[in-house]
Amino acid sequence: MTLPVAAAHLAGFARLLRSTGFGNVPEQTVTFLDAVRLLGPRSMTDIREAALATLAPQPDRHREFEALFRAWFWGDPVAAADGKDDEETQVKEDGGGREELPVPEESFPAGEMASSTETLAARQFPHEDTDLTRLRRCLPAAIPKRRSFRNVRASRGRPDLRRSLRLIVRSDGDIFDPILRRRPQVQRKLLVLIDISGSMKLHTAGHLRLAHAIVRNADRAEVFTLGTRLTRITAPLRIADCGRALARVAETVEDWDGGTRIGPTLLALLSVPRFAAFARGAAVVILSDGLEREGHAEMEQAFRRLKARAFRLSLLTPLAADGRFRPRTAALAAVLPYLDDLADGSGIGPVADFILSLARPAKRARDIWREVS
Amino acid sequence: MSPSAREIAAASPEVLLARLREERYLADDGLATAIFLAIRLGKPLLLEGAPGVGKTEAAKVLANILRCDLVRLQCYEGIDAAHALYEWNYQRQLLAIRQSGDREIDIYDDRFLIARPLLQVLQAPDARLLLIDEIDRSDHEFEALLLEFLSDFQITIPERGTIAAKVRPIVVLTSNRTRELAEALRRRCVYNWIDYPDAAREAEIIMARAGDVAEATAAAIAKAVRQIRAKPLAKPPGISEAIEWANAATVLEKGGSPWPEAFRRAIGVLVKDEEDMQYLLPQLSRIVEEALA
Repeated sequence: MTLPVAAAHLAGFARLLRSTGFGNVPEQTVTFLDAVRLLGPRSMTDIREAALATLAPQPDRHREFEALFRAWFWGDPVAAADGKDDEETQVKEDGGGREELPVPEESFPAGEMASSTETLAARQFPHEDTDLTRLRRCLPAAIPKRRSFRNVRASRGRPDLRRSLRLIVRSDGDIFDPILRRRPQVQRKLLVLIDISGSMKLHTAGHLRLAHAIVRNADRAEVFTLGTRLTRITAPLRIADCGRALARVAETVEDWDGGTRIGPTLLALLSVPRFAAFARGAAVVILSDGLEREGHAEMEQAFRRLKARAFRLSLLTPLAADGRFRPRTAALAAVLPYLDDLADGSGIGPVADFILSLARPAKRARDIWREVS
Repeated sequence: MSPSAREIAAASPEVLLARLREERYLADDGLATAIFLAIRLGKPLLLEGAPGVGKTEAAKVLANILRCDLVRLQCYEGIDAAHALYEWNYQRQLLAIRQSGDREIDIYDDRFLIARPLLQVLQAPDARLLLIDEIDRSDHEFEALLLEFLSDFQITIPERGTIAAKVRPIVVLTSNRTRELAEALRRRCVYNWIDYPDAAREAEIIMARAGDVAEATAAAIAKAVRQIRAKPLAKPPGISEAIEWANAATVLEKGGSPWPEAFRRAIGVLVKDEEDMQYLLPQLSRIVEEALA
């Protein structure tokens, strides 16, 4: 069955939103068409309000939504362009509705992929090994816990009246020892985001070995690399042998030691529902120097949205190893209010220490750095 | 409330807007459209916005307009099926088994079922308005628990089968957006983001809601509150705080304080955070005087 021309145009708008990562689903398109029919529609405002109510764009993306709306229904190229930079428009043009990360490919001359593989395997220091061993041993106990939503049978806890009753009925009214239940503690998710740009080159190898130790020892951990684009490396890191795992990572990731686009890559992470769900209720650890190449507006937006999902949001920067470090760069100052921790990320030792302390309460980063400065 | 009464109240967004206004709730077009669509499409309405912009109030007023009872489910961390849907009355079940002796007894009878808000709404003979308040406070597993209810207005009880709504209820969910809700929940709902109103409409709201406030006072309060919200505060004041500020300042003024002074003294009902207060106090005189000018 084909749609009438007008309806097809409306449905096309829903598809356009989906292709730019708004995460709406076909069911919402049907509701949208219903809503437009119910409203008349008597004017463009009706269509716009119907779209807002049924396709439900996130409030912090309203401006982007407006720009797309104008571009689609009025053919307003100027508005489309000033919504965001080229990337949205580029994805929009193929319009296939496939879930592609809205991060454009950029060519960086320094594509030293082969050499980076060697760096990963080569440098190993004895004290780093002890740090990693400590991390492996202590990690399961040190990850923040939450109470599971499910009840399990337990030897101590509250009586499970429902099961006990069934038991009693089965045995014709004789009362046995009641069955007890408890909501067990489960590990929170751990989401590790590793900056692999040129400015972090010295630390990348250590961070990846850490990530390997984390993935192997935590119940639910996810690892991504951030560079000019976003790469999920959890699967290669599951290989038991560290050397082989890192070699596979080196093959998977394509943007070693390039520039940094922290904001856009984090937004790309958040625009894929499956990836964004990893951050929900998770301890999010970002290993990055926070040096954003261009403006920091997107970085701020990304951190705000991450904070809204995460249990704890931490940024570990190697720069903080220096006692004179203060979060004064525009980008860091802008994201500081959203951070739970801004701590030292120089090498395996400090990062391992930090991750092992994640479950312990700490002052918010803003308050700590206010006292220091 | 019969379905037709529902259609009369929500004949068009404009009619609804007027009815809301009669109930002294001044909505913007977006909200009126969203409510209209939620009623006519038979979908839940999800209202998000900063604390104190009138999300819960919208639901209460809507219940008034549609003349149906409001059932409220306040969410909190750890809320689960036994608090929101239903629970069996195990003590009574046990007693019934003992008393029955040799007779057959159905221990999964209605008598032993304790209906919690969601089930109450489904069992009600007439339509109810269900308000699921501050859904963002609940655990995200609880959102998943709501999905069956929100898409089909039914609850499945293993011992009893599926219980569907007799009359389709109207459901309003509110969220302060302290965390992002699951996409699955969002897409089942008609969505509206309630923003702070502009100064003129806020003045109108203050006039409509506050007891005995002069028009000039309301306008000044609206202007000043708008200025204060633009500051980087930990807790920006909501509309309800602005109304209280207007009330408090009016009371103080009648008690003999001159205008700018009354505003300053009543600031405690507007800003309720020590650090925010320290930040705001030095600038407060200027903001108030600008607003009064």
